[in-house]
Amino acid sequence: MIPTAATSDPPEVTRLRGRGTPLRERFFRLGLRASLAVGVLFLVGLLTYVVVEGWPRLNSKLWTNFPDVIDPSNAGAQSAITGTVWVVSCTALYCLPTGVLTAIYLEEYADRDRWWNRAIEINIQNLAAVPSIVYGILGLGVISRGLGFGQTVLTASLTLSLLVLPIVIISSREAIRAVPQSVRQASLSLGATQWQTVRRQVLPAAVPGMATGSILALSRAIGEAAPLLLLGGLTFITFNPTGVQSQFTVLPIQIFNWISQSRAEFTALASAAIVVLLVILLVMNSLAIWLRNHFTHRW
Amino acid sequence: MTARARRRRAAPGSPGFLKRSQSRWAERAVGVLLVAAALVSVLTTIGIVVALIPPVVEFFGKVGFGRFITGTDWSPLFEPPRFGVLPLVTATLVVTVIALFVAVPLGLGAAVYLSEYAGHRVRGSLKPVLEVLAGIPTVVYGFFALRAITPFLQRNWPGGDPPEVFNALSAGFVMGIMIIPTIASLAEDAMAAVPRSLRDGACALGSSRMQVSTRVVFPAALSGIVAAVVLGVSRAIGETMIVAIAAGGRPNLTFNPLEGMQTMTAFIAAAGIGDLPTGSTGYQTIFAVGLLLFAITLVMNLISIRLVRRYREVYE
Repeated sequence: MIPTAATSDPPEVTRLRGRGTPLRERFFRLGLRASLAVGVLFLVGLLTYVVVEGWPRLNSKLWTNFPDVIDPSNAGAQSAITGTVWVVSCTALYCLPTGVLTAIYLEEYADRDRWWNRAIEINIQNLAAVPSIVYGILGLGVISRGLGFGQTVLTASLTLSLLVLPIVIISSREAIRAVPQSVRQASLSLGATQWQTVRRQVLPAAVPGMATGSILALSRAIGEAAPLLLLGGLTFITFNPTGVQSQFTVLPIQIFNWISQSRAEFTALASAAIVVLLVILLVMNSLAIWLRNHFTHRW
Repeated sequence: MTARARRRRAAPGSPGFLKRSQSRWAERAVGVLLVAAALVSVLTTIGIVVALIPPVVEFFGKVGFGRFITGTDWSPLFEPPRFGVLPLVTATLVVTVIALFVAVPLGLGAAVYLSEYAGHRVRGSLKPVLEVLAGIPTVVYGFFALRAITPFLQRNWPGGDPPEVFNALSAGFVMGIMIIPTIASLAEDAMAAVPRSLRDGACALGSSRMQVSTRVVFPAALSGIVAAVVLGVSRAIGETMIVAIAAGGRPNLTFNPLEGMQTMTAFIAAAGIGDLPTGSTGYQTIFAVGLLLFAITLVMNLISIRLVRRYREVYE
């Protein structure tokens, strides 16, 4: 990384001033630090709160038992955990290939001067910022009722994969763009076709970057609840999904369900489930950061 | 790429061994596959529009656009139904403004610190914290707002009536924290794109670091910073779970942030939970409010994309 002027500011500059740093400067710097500190403190407070609240319920009942409205002390989130695994695996299955292929098209094949390619690009940027509940409306109106797929794992994972598709595309494009042109030219000059060049040279070099983006996209899908509310995820489910045609619930929805109950036991239960969800997400995030740090290729 | 391939094929008088020994149907198949994948995102947009328009047309046929957009009473699922969307719009506005009061100063402060002040090591340890903040599910933020922030406010309220159990204030505050990473990272990108020579020039004229940050870097990156804020606005308008959990489900035409209110997104979520029959007016309201939401965020996004493009063009 290129050091900015600020970071490489030589100490002589301050020594040249007669008196120390003016008060205004100090307050400014303090203010900047404070604005970061609010975020950090909030995060610490949130994590402490859910762990303390959820501590009594962080036992094996949480993942071996099914939801129970009558007896919260024996309720668990097994159907939500298996549902999450089902929905997210199917989401990965649909959105990762589509996203990577779109990125290859836009970076390696598309002619930038054509209006339709520019339109596709703007469209993807725009989709990235469409509210998730609107994807829920799409899932409800077109996939669930329009195509008649119903309130199933299939509908949920199709909806979520459309939701996170822009993230996969944008991060894969960045990974492909980071592969230098000379690698492609060398491959083409040896007589490889365009697809051979992409498959054997560009893709292997771009895989770490793509994996990082994909993990971040899937962790977004794991935490997403709003669109699934419209797709019947809130239904009271006491069985594990058996296939893509199955009804489902997922962890964030189960948490939402428990939050809506007023009894204190349910608050503890929700906190415990939140801890489980956050642990999964933290593991995925660290994996993404690790991947990025270890496999970033310097050409 | 395609142009290069075309040129190779058209090379006149090429020796025999350069000619294709096999047909390249596989290459073509790959091309078709890639285009098909790229069309999925276009189809998504078309799908959104197709999902929204027919129910909305039918809805406006029954209710009337004027009554929808200017009415002050929203109770579409009760008898007699009332379809004035203004309470939902004002609630969205109140929550968004509160969120921006939190997110804009803190996000920009964090961005200035990370781009102009922090050393390598500090950046390296603080950026992942922001990323974690961005990765926390919104249902968790909502839970924290309802069960921790609101009780805290109620206990420590300085005077007058304390906030209700469901209120726009804690929902907006927590949403603001959620948006900090969005604003901080985009604004930081914009500031990092300001060339170093500008900073050096200002330093050489005797500016302090604060003067460099506020009078040189900040104005130079302004279009990117505005784009970051606009994107923050569109995230706040579109956020669902926090408001559905912490701001309550009562349509309420008020600007008092201590009261409970229902935003556009919270209404869609609440109406979507109930299994409304396809074709009923209640079912169509989901789409009418959804279209309004989609239109507002679409305008915001297009402004933001435009601004980002502008600042990128200046310094490349």
